[in-house]
Amino acid sequence: MNGAAYVKKTILLILGTALLLAAPAILPLYWIMITTEVLIMGLFAMGFNLLLGYTGLLSFGQAGFFGVGAYTVALILSHGGTSVLLSLGAAVVVALITAVVIGYLCVRRDEIFFAMITLGFGMMLYTVAHNWVELTGGSDGLPLMMVPPLSFFGCEISLFDPVQMYRFVLVMVIIGIWILWRIVQSPFGLMLTAIRENRERLAFVGANVRQLRLAAFVIAGGVAGLAGGLFGLFNAMATPDIMHWSFSARPVLMTVLGGMGIFFGPMAGAAIYFGLEQMMTHLTQNWMIFLGLALIPVVIYFPKGILGSLVAWKKTVPQKRKKPLP
Amino acid sequence: MESFIINLLNGLSWGMLLFLISVGLTTVFGVLGVLNFAHGSFFMLGAYLCMQVMHIVPSFWVGLLVGPLVVALLAALVEKQLLRRVYGRDIAFQLLLTFAILLVLDDGVRIIWGPGYHVVEPPAVLAGVFSLFDNTYPIYRLFLVFAGPVIGLMLWAFFRFSRWGKRIRAAAMDPEMAEGIGIRVPLLFTAVFALGCWLAGMGGALAAPHQSLAPAMGERIIIESFIVVVAGGMGSFPGAFIGALALGLFESFGTVFLGRVQMAIPYIVLAAVLLIRPRGLFGQED
Repeated sequence: MNGAAYVKKTILLILGTALLLAAPAILPLYWIMITTEVLIMGLFAMGFNLLLGYTGLLSFGQAGFFGVGAYTVALILSHGGTSVLLSLGAAVVVALITAVVIGYLCVRRDEIFFAMITLGFGMMLYTVAHNWVELTGGSDGLPLMMVPPLSFFGCEISLFDPVQMYRFVLVMVIIGIWILWRIVQSPFGLMLTAIRENRERLAFVGANVRQLRLAAFVIAGGVAGLAGGLFGLFNAMATPDIMHWSFSARPVLMTVLGGMGIFFGPMAGAAIYFGLEQMMTHLTQNWMIFLGLALIPVVIYFPKGILGSLVAWKKTVPQKRKKPLP
Repeated sequence: MESFIINLLNGLSWGMLLFLISVGLTTVFGVLGVLNFAHGSFFMLGAYLCMQVMHIVPSFWVGLLVGPLVVALLAALVEKQLLRRVYGRDIAFQLLLTFAILLVLDDGVRIIWGPGYHVVEPPAVLAGVFSLFDNTYPIYRLFLVFAGPVIGLMLWAFFRFSRWGKRIRAAAMDPEMAEGIGIRVPLLFTAVFALGCWLAGMGGALAAPHQSLAPAMGERIIIESFIVVVAGGMGSFPGAFIGALALGLFESFGTVFLGRVQMAIPYIVLAAVLLIRPRGLFGQED
C-alpha cells in the first residue's frame, strides 16, 4: 500500500467513525436502533470471517457461541450482577472456553465435514438452552429485568436509553474490530491466509496447521460471544432461537453478501441484510424470499460479494487511466 | 410390550420417511458433490403439491403421482439454471446457493398456501385404524413402514442393474472418464438432481396424510436428513437406510426413556460419528 492510499483509508475510517458517532443527531430513533443491530451482527460476522474468509473454514455453528455470550450476560445480570462491563467480559471468557473445547474436536475435519460437525455442536448448545428450563427459561428465553447503569468517572449512563445503548455498542464494536484488524495484520493473520491458500505447503514449512486453526476458531468464538453479549443487552433478552442453525446461517450470508475476501465485507453485508429487511417488510411479511432472490445472483455472479466487487472494480479503473493516451 | 410395539412402529414409519429424504440427498451428494440445503423444501413442496392436486382431482394416488413429478421438473430447472454454475466452487457458495433456494421455496409456500396448518386425508383403503392388543393404530403408518423398503429396493435395483443406473454410478466415480466414453454428463447431472428431489417430493407426498402440513416442515427434516447422510456416509445407500431407521427409532424410544435429553441425541451421534469415523459409518475413507 502506498502512502497516499494509506492516508486516504485513514481519512475514510475517521470520517466513518465520526459519522457513526454523530448519527443520533441526524437519524431518527428507529434507525438508530436498526444501526445498533447492524453493528452487533456485523461484528459477529466479521469475527466469523476470520474463519471463512481468512482461514477457509465454514462453520455452521457460530450461533452457539453468540448465544453463550447472550445467556452469560443475561444470567449474570439477572442473578444480581451489577457491572455491565464485567458481564460482557464474562461473556467473552465463557465463549472462549466453549470455543476451545468444541474447536479442539472440530478443527481436525475439513470442508463439508467441518461444516457439519460445527452444526452438530451448535445445535447441542441450542438444545441445552432450549431444554434446561431451570437455568435458561426454556423456549421463553431469559429476560433481563434490569440493566445496571454504566458508571464512568462518576457519571452514570443508563443503557435503557436507546441512544446511550447505541453509543455503548459502537464503542464496543470499534474495540472488537480494532482487535480483529490487529490480528489480521499480524504474522498470525498471514499464516491463517496461508492455510486457506495451501495448508499442505504450510504444514511442510513447519507450521502447526491444527493449532493455528484452533486459534482462529477460538478468536471467532470470543468475538461471537462479545457480539452475543451485546445482543443480549440490546434486546434485554436471551432466547434459544439465537442459537439455532438458521441463526448460524446469518453470518455466513452476511459475509458472502458483503464479500468474504475483504475486511469490512461482513459489516457491509450486515448493513445490506438489514437494509433489505427494512425495505421489504414494508411490502410483505415474507421478506426472506427477496433475500433469497438477492442472494442467488450474488453467489453466482459476484463471488467477491457486493463490497468486494466494488473495491475490485475501483482498483481496475485508475489503472486504465494511467495508460498513456495514443 | 404393547407400548414397545407402538413405539417400534412409530419409529419405523418416521424412519422410512427419513430414508426417502436421505436417500435422495445422499444420491445428489454422491454424484454432484453438492449438499443440498433446499432438499427439505422440495420435501415440503411435494406435500403441498400433493394436497393441491387433490383439490382438483380428489384422489390421493393422483396427488402422489403428480406432486413429486412437478417437484422433479422444478428441480431440473433449478439444476440447469442455477446449481450448474457453482460445481467445483468453494462449498460455502454451494451451501449458500441452496440455502437461498430454500429461502425462496419456503417463503413461496408461505405466500401461496398461507402460514397455517393443512390436513390431508389418507386414501379410503388406508384410512382408519386396526386394533393392536387393547389399542388401535392407524393403518396408514403401517403402510409407510412397508412403502419405504419397497421404494428403497426399487432404487437399489435401478442403480445396480439398469443402464441409466450404471451410467450414474460411472459419472459419480469419474465424470471426465464418463464423458470420454460418451455419457452426456451435464444431462445426467440434471436427471440425478431431479431424481433426488423427486424422492424428496415423494417423501413429502407420503408424509402428507401422516403429519399436518406447515411451512416449517422442511426445516425440521433437512437437519435430520443431514445427520442421517453425514453419519451414514455421504453417498452411501446402506448408510442412509440404516441411519434413517436408527434415527427414527432413537426418536420414538428416546422420548420414552430419555425425556428431554432426547432432543440432543441426534447431534451427539453426529459429532461422535464424525470424530471416530470421519467419513461416516458406511463412507469410503480416502
